[in-house]
Amino acid sequence: MKQRLIEFWNSPVIDALLPVLATLAALLVGALMLLALGANPLVAYGALLDGAFGSLNSIADTLVRATPLLFVGVGICIAFRGGVTNIGGEGQLVVGALCATMVGLTFPDGPALVVVPLALLAGFLGGAVWGGIPGLLKAHFNVNEILSTVMMNQIAVQGMNFLLIGPLIDPVQLERASRIPQTARISAAFDLPRLAPTRLHLGTFLAIVMAVLVYILLWRTTLGYRIRAVGLNREAARYAGINVPRHIALSLALSGAMAGLAGAVQIFGVNFRMFTDGSATGFTGSAGFHGIVAALFGQLHPLGTIPASFFFGGLLVGANRLQRAVQVPAALIVTLNGLVVVFVVGTELWRQQRARRRVVERPSEHDEPSLTAIPPTAASLEGKA
Amino acid sequence: MISELFTAQVLLGILTSGIRLATPYLYAGIGETFGQRSGVLNLGVEGQMLVGAFAAFYVARKTGNLWLGVLAALLVGALMGLAMAFISITLRAKQGISGIGFFLFGLGLSDLLFQTLLGSVQTVSGFRPLAIPLLSKIPVLGEVFFNQNLLVYGAYLLVPIAAFVMDKTTFGLKVRAVGENPEAADSLGVNVSLVRYITVTLGGMLSGLAGASLSIALLNVFQQNLTSGLGFIAVALVYFGGWRPWGVLAGALLFSMVNALQLWVQVLGLPIPSEFAVMMPYVLTIVALVVAVQRVRPPTALTKPFIREG
Repeated sequence: MKQRLIEFWNSPVIDALLPVLATLAALLVGALMLLALGANPLVAYGALLDGAFGSLNSIADTLVRATPLLFVGVGICIAFRGGVTNIGGEGQLVVGALCATMVGLTFPDGPALVVVPLALLAGFLGGAVWGGIPGLLKAHFNVNEILSTVMMNQIAVQGMNFLLIGPLIDPVQLERASRIPQTARISAAFDLPRLAPTRLHLGTFLAIVMAVLVYILLWRTTLGYRIRAVGLNREAARYAGINVPRHIALSLALSGAMAGLAGAVQIFGVNFRMFTDGSATGFTGSAGFHGIVAALFGQLHPLGTIPASFFFGGLLVGANRLQRAVQVPAALIVTLNGLVVVFVVGTELWRQQRARRRVVERPSEHDEPSLTAIPPTAASLEGKA
Repeated sequence: MISELFTAQVLLGILTSGIRLATPYLYAGIGETFGQRSGVLNLGVEGQMLVGAFAAFYVARKTGNLWLGVLAALLVGALMGLAMAFISITLRAKQGISGIGFFLFGLGLSDLLFQTLLGSVQTVSGFRPLAIPLLSKIPVLGEVFFNQNLLVYGAYLLVPIAAFVMDKTTFGLKVRAVGENPEAADSLGVNVSLVRYITVTLGGMLSGLAGASLSIALLNVFQQNLTSGLGFIAVALVYFGGWRPWGVLAGALLFSMVNALQLWVQVLGLPIPSEFAVMMPYVLTIVALVVAVQRVRPPTALTKPFIREG
């Protein structure tokens, strides 16, 4: 029995639970902060849970809130597997939303079956360009992509503000002279189908489909193999004849495309028009950053990112209920999300040590495929492909 | 229209505000320089600045003592730096991502405290300009350079001090050694982890101070997301400046001058959409990164955790 327990403790199952433990730790810190602010943590977290999952409507809201996180998170997985870090989700989301809105407004009378896919494609491409520029700069000039994507965020926000106050402003706003920076509403015929009476829309399913497709792309296609090979070891990949710069640029472009798609789906499923409060957050709700949290939580795996996004979507939706219940600002949840990231990456070392211990303790005792096996080299990958 | 931009008075205005606006970049950038020279990329600067800015503002407002505010900013900055050091040095976490974690943490925490403790945007009477005797009487230049507030002077004093420490002292040598070749430094008896702990904590303190310079010396307000990306730019300036304090100064000045120019473009109502003016510094930074990266090589051990063999 004891032996069994030790084996279980050392098994990869516990590894998969690490993000959950990290979240519990963050929630514990949150409980202390709530106490310090004079609120009852049990009441607060109860309200949070209730707000996130308490009724059919709140579950639908959670799914809707999770949708952009899932798109962005799946994109983050691609970038990470390719060995690059994409912090530009906010900007890519904004550009994707702008492109999709423009398509929707340009063809107000077109058939929905043509215009909507076209608009989503425009969002996809817009995000791809916005992620691809830092990708090319990284690939050919070795410009740190973390910094360039952050700059691209700011540029996207200014571009959005310019377009929404100027060329794209709703004509009604001009007539009334109220000049609220937003576009006209896209034709109601283009709204993504909803599961009435909730706000759940088709985009959520699209996000899940994309997650599966990206999983297939990364683990079942040659392109995916190459992206992951470049991510594992650039030198080895280059030696194996893979065009490293191209795949670096491509993984950032694809990553951006996912975020762009998130923006397009926000327009056609939730907001039906583009608007700005001057910052990126006003439109994105920081999905570009929370998507990173979800991806990390899902172990940088597209399929793991699906439940992770729903969980964090729930936290964000529940935060509003928490705010009403105990008068503690919803910003608490942003704080805790930050802590989750820190804790998850903080336990990485422990996971590596456990993996090493497993290899040492059970030297090929069983023939089962091991999660801890040394990753195949790029050369052997290419051979297979 | 364009000629309006080049009257002596406007140029002077741009110069004066450019010098002022470089302050937060200098504090945060120089702190980050020490961290990166020792091999640790701290992307949490933005979060540290936000928490520092709030701490300084709150303490200064409650006590009426600006120096206590500065002290509070240094303290919370040091705490956040220490946490970053623990995560990235002791736990060897991936630095880019843990930095984003600290950014979100700082963004949320400063907003949370702002809403619960202050509730609305308030102002504080911050550091006043302090004319330096004699020097400030120099025509034109005196007003530009020697009639600023104390935190501005401090930022510019920090540059030669940091350069001296980095290039001429034993500690600076250790920092550089640890960032270039930690194994060799270790074999010579340098405590790699300790040196990195010191630089990252120092970086946190200076980021906190950078935040304070915004909230109680330059803007004299606190609001949600006060820094709005400034901390990330400070990190970019370290790359731009080739990991040298004087380089960071050059980058900070270039960036803040463009920023000041952009403000004047708006004030004068020139026919350039203000959004493009605001965009300019960021485009410039990307261009600068392209140019800078070709010129100098980053510290060899940057973002690589040190694992002692044996």
